Amino acid sequence: MGLAKRIIPCLDVENGRVVKGVQFVDIRDAGDPVEVAKRYDEQGADEITFLDITASHEGRETTIHTVEAIAEQVFIPLTVGGGIRTIEDIRNMLNAGADKTAINSAAIYNPEFVKEAAEKFGSQCIVIAIDAKKVSEEGEPGKWEIFTHGGRKPTGIDVVEWAVRMTNYGAGEVLLTSMDQDGVKSGFDIELTRAVSEAVNVPVIASGGVGNLQHLADGVTHGKADAVLAASIFHFAEHTVEEAKLHMQEQGIEVRL
Amino acid sequence: MNSKICAVIDYGMGNLHSASKALEFVSDHQTQVLVTSDPELIAKADHVVLPGVGAMRDCMGEIKRLGVDQVVAEVAKAKPLLGICVGMQAMLNHSEENGGVECLKMFDGEVKFFGDDLFESQGTQTGEKLKVPHMGWNQVEQVAHPMWNGIENNSRFYFVHSYYVDAKNQNQVKGRGHYGKDFAAAIGQDNIFAVQFHPEKSHKAGLQLLKNFLDWDGVA
Repeated sequence: MGLAKRIIPCLDVENGRVVKGVQFVDIRDAGDPVEVAKRYDEQGADEITFLDITASHEGRETTIHTVEAIAEQVFIPLTVGGGIRTIEDIRNMLNAGADKTAINSAAIYNPEFVKEAAEKFGSQCIVIAIDAKKVSEEGEPGKWEIFTHGGRKPTGIDVVEWAVRMTNYGAGEVLLTSMDQDGVKSGFDIELTRAVSEAVNVPVIASGGVGNLQHLADGVTHGKADAVLAASIFHFAEHTVEEAKLHMQEQGIEVRL
Repeated sequence: MNSKICAVIDYGMGNLHSASKALEFVSDHQTQVLVTSDPELIAKADHVVLPGVGAMRDCMGEIKRLGVDQVVAEVAKAKPLLGICVGMQAMLNHSEENGGVECLKMFDGEVKFFGDDLFESQGTQTGEKLKVPHMGWNQVEQVAHPMWNGIENNSRFYFVHSYYVDAKNQNQVKGRGHYGKDFAAAIGQDNIFAVQFHPEKSHKAGLQLLKNFLDWDGVA
């Protein structure tokens, strides 16, 4: 017996509604974030991640009131990301009831921001969010690059090197999204997940590509992820979090039931 | 009517919203939850919580600067007192964090680093390298105490920590955790109880523990 692998439903929120796109376009409405969060909490979600998907390119602040409303009713860890650019943004989210904040593009513009944030608030509430795209060809050793702006802008930064650097700067967790897989429903980028998980000494959350319950289990057993994140398979009631946990448990993965 | 007061000690270290919201949620309007650093208010409270996140040096620095050490010493004489996470660690003699920090010496023992080379040491997963911080849901083996009322033994709670409590007096260990090595997940003595995990983030088991605390008269 030991530490359970976590299942984290993700709420992509735009204008106060949970949405989910396929490769960051084609958005479908999936409900009121507070109701959705409560439903996942009841199903046994280990954490909830709330991403303001519009914040990054339209400069919108994530909805503090929604975070407050969730935090008043849901007593599991809550991570908030999307548009976290300043120490003040982090403080606002923590005061609203978030336990962790996910920093993405702001770290790319100013890597020292992660260091400053971790020193100020502690590593436990600083998550480095990485949007990765595969740049190696078939048959070559895996290589991934960070993309910003919803996967449109390359940065030239190597994903594994970046993950190591950011955790050295104090990020306490890595939220790793494969932009190639996101919304495609054919499973995580296992090679990417394993490469990052084996390179860093903090927990790695695999994200992007879950289409069925086996994909979640594969992320842990093959990808060596410490936690698995998914959105659409839970939003549209294809599966409950509890079903996902039972499926993982059947394969010898330790879960919290 | 709010007949009782629960004070959550605010010494500027981290997120007290979660702890106070969870206490309010379980109090059923019977207890007024105050987040405060005012010694007079804390002196009036029926129950007191010492929370804490972040680094020990900063925590102890603020505890001393604001005189919270004296307030806690006063509370510890009689009132039910609950330490959470770094609030628990602060109750030990000394912590290895930040090159070594003297703590409140309410419990005999040390706060130690899990280490960069931590491996699973028991069960079937022998040899698996363990990440630090210890982050997520892990089991707690209970030692009989009123704070565990209504919570199944070996229930999972949410942990986030890189340092752990090595308690010298095993009789004070009220909950045993394991992550590569055994550590004290809960300690207690008389009217004091402290937990390494975050009950305010531990779903039903955590809420039950907070409810037990508000119902507790401080008699172990």
